[in-house]
This record gives sequence, structure tokens and C-alpha cells, in this order.
Amino acid sequence: MNAMTGNITVDYPQILAEICAELATLTQGRIEIGEDTDLLGDLNLDSLQVMNFMLQIEDRFDISIPVSILPDVRSVKDLALQIERLVRAS
Amino acid sequence: MGLFDKFRGLAGARGELEQIGIDPFGVEIEKILSPTEGIIHGRRTILAGTNNYLGLTFDPDCVAAAKRALDSEGTGTTGSRMANGSYANHRKLERELAAFYGMRDAIVFSTGYQANLGLLSGLLGQNDVVMLDADCHASIYDGCKLAGAEVIRFRHNNVDDLAKRMRRLGERARDTLIVIEGIYSMLGDRAPLAEIVKVKRELGGYLLVDEAHSLGVLGDRGRGLVEEAAVLADADFVVGTFSKSLGGAGGFCVSDLPELDLIRYSSRPYIFTASPSPATIASTRQALAKLAAGRHLRERLSANYKRLHAELSGMGYTLGAPASPVIAVVLNDRLEALEFWKHLVQRGVYVNLMLPPATPNGVSLIRCSVSAAHTDEQIAAISAAFAELRSAAGIAAAELGSGT
Repeated sequence: MNAMTGNITVDYPQILAEICAELATLTQGRIEIGEDTDLLGDLNLDSLQVMNFMLQIEDRFDISIPVSILPDVRSVKDLALQIERLVRAS
Repeated sequence: MGLFDKFRGLAGARGELEQIGIDPFGVEIEKILSPTEGIIHGRRTILAGTNNYLGLTFDPDCVAAAKRALDSEGTGTTGSRMANGSYANHRKLERELAAFYGMRDAIVFSTGYQANLGLLSGLLGQNDVVMLDADCHASIYDGCKLAGAEVIRFRHNNVDDLAKRMRRLGERARDTLIVIEGIYSMLGDRAPLAEIVKVKRELGGYLLVDEAHSLGVLGDRGRGLVEEAAVLADADFVVGTFSKSLGGAGGFCVSDLPELDLIRYSSRPYIFTASPSPATIASTRQALAKLAAGRHLRERLSANYKRLHAELSGMGYTLGAPASPVIAVVLNDRLEALEFWKHLVQRGVYVNLMLPPATPNGVSLIRCSVSAAHTDEQIAAISAAFAELRSAAGIAAAELGSGT
């Protein structure tokens, strides 16, 4: 599965890797992050940190993630799949 | 998981406040004495956290108008605007608000919160896109949620970020509703409205400006940031409240769009609640007439907030924004803000304590709101309390502000 953002092709593994890298920076490497990591429960981030993280991710992939889909996003995998969908639709 | 398990975090946070010996979110004003004074903990206290920008809550004409309405129209309407709750004066107030803004019509809601809830949930549908400044008030987020609309946030006051997100929408941008506020309630900063209007003119969309904290404060006639920035004609909807500058309770939306009237039929927060009481409508009409009649209250307010802002800034405090009636003192952390608030109240000055996650970027704030009714002596006393805390040993040790 490949998707285009601007002139760059991104696929699921790449999206996943970038999310994990961004989260690792945010949590300063304290927690091991993978597909099943729970964004709120496992990372001990407050809602503001999550919001700012989303803004970073949106810029990285040149998409806007509707706030209304966030209740459906629990894990890193959920987020990666949503981003893949939005990137493909853009 | 039990029904009340989710309250554990809140219970812990409240326990922390009890240990410090304060209850900043449950303050009882034992007796209200004037727009700017009350009795708290048995002590005469200057009120500097009330949003009573023009100080009209005890205005003799507003009080007299409310009393007359109470005598002639009773204590309440007991019904919805859609049923038996629209009296002649509700409609008169709507026409007066529309005339004040030079727009076609207005809708009066029962609270300011419901004005946003009612307009947004009535206007937007599940297939609509709404673009919110990230720091928009909870009532705006809640209205969009009730509508089930697609909500996209742009970085606070960042016009480039707004434009980028509008461009990403392609054709959908033309029907997107952009929502911003005149003055943001936490830090007191203004929207870059002229630049936002340029984006709208270039890329399309509709614009809603919430003037809750700027009505009666900004603009030559007090119509808010839309007037100050000279973009009244570009605002498709202006929302405001009666509970700040107008000293009552209730809210409104004005618009030049003929479809506004139809929103009455689709807005559940308009339909399924009782309309404002006759006394509230009467005092609000009187207050609006005063606000529209002259500049002296705005000039007095402006002199007061500029003075307090300059004095706090001169003491080295980090302030949230350039001068406005909302002056936010940025503190290092939550604990410092709690202690700071406690000491101000002990010195007879009531202000608002604002803590994350309710604040932008997780900052801890002491928020003052200045009134036209504050006397020179009261501004001096507020200022003196801040100066004392600046030099007080226990608090100075924490190095107030961000190293300033």
C-alpha cells in the first residue's frame, strides 16, 4: 500500500515508523513504542501533548486530521491507519 | 470499571487543593457589594476576575428596567422561544442587536454558551467542515460536536496554518465555516482578524467571530474586533454574550444572511430550553443602549486595563498578551499559581486561577479581568497586591514569570 503526499510516496510501515519516532522524542525514550501502544493510556501524555503531537504529525504528512475521528483512535496502529487513509485521499 | 472510577483523578486534584487550604473553583461571594467589590471569607474584596467589563451590573437604569419588567411581565417565561417564550421584548432585543451591527437579523439564546451551541449545532451538519482556532472556547467545540461536523483545528492565531488547511480542503473550502474569537478569554490576545479575512476572501468559506470578550470593549461603537479591524461586512455570523459587558445573562447571534431565521428551527439548544426571563431581557436592552450611546465606559475601561497592564509588566511579570481587559500573568507552574492565588485572595483581591488542561500550551495563569467600574484606588490596590507578592520572600524564591 503506497500513498502520495506531495511528491513523496509513503506507505504504512513508513507512517508507523515516523509516528513511533515522534512519540519516542515526546516520551524521551522512557517507553517502548509499537503498533499496540495505547496513545493515552500507555504514554502518560496529557490531552495538550496529544493535541500538539497531532499538529506535528499533520504537518509531516500534509493532512488535517479531523478532531471528530480522534475518539476512534486508541492505539498507534489506529492512528497510522487513519493517516494512511487521509494521505491516500489527499 | 465502576461508574465513579473516572473521578479518581479529579478527587486527587481536589485533595491537593484541600491540602493547600484553598478552593479556587468553589469561591462563595458571601455578599456582592458593587460591580467591583464583594465579601469573600468575611473580608471586603476587590473583584478583578468577573468579566464585568463595563461594570453595568448595578447600573441604576439597567436595574430599574429589570424591576419594571419583573413587575409587568413576571419572573419567567416558563417556555421555549419556539413555544410560549418569545415575548415582544425578546424580539425587540433581537431587532436592536441586528440594528447595532447593521445586519438583517439576530437570534437571542438563553446563555452565551448556548449561543455557540445553538448556532453551530443548528447550522452545521455531518457533512460540513468547520475550521476552529485551536484555542476556541469549549462552547464552540461542544456546538461542533453536537452537530457531528468534521472539525479541523488550526494553530492558534496562525493565519498561514489556517490557509494551509483551507487549501488542503480543495473545493470543500468554499463551504467551510471558520470560527475564531475577538479576544481569547485565557490570555486576552486578539485574533489577527484582517489577515484571516484575507484568507477567506481568497479561498472562500464563511466566518463566525465570537465577540464574547470584545463586545463593548473594542471598536469605535463597541461592536468588537469586527469593528476595530473594519471587517464587519466579512463576518457572516457574530456571536456574543449578555453576561459580560452587558451585565446580564444570555447570548446572541447576528447575521446578514437570510437563512439565519431558519436556524431557529434546527437548533436544539434554542428549541429545548426556556427563554431568558423578562427582567434579563429588559436589563440587557438597557445595557445595549448604554453601550451603543457613547464611548466613555470604553475609554474608562481602556485607561484602567492599560494602567494595570503597564504596572504589572513594569514589575517584571510575564503577561499573556498585549494590553486588553483580560490580563493573564503567566506563572512557572501549577503549584506556584495555586499559592499565588491564595495570597492574592488573602490580600483582598479576587482573580481567576487558570490551570492546565484548560489553558493554552499547558501554562498556569492568574487571570485578571479589568472593569470600567474599577476606581483608580482599586487599580492601585490590585497593583500593590501583585507588587507585594513579587517581593514576598516565599514566592520570590520561585523566580516569578519565565526568568523575568
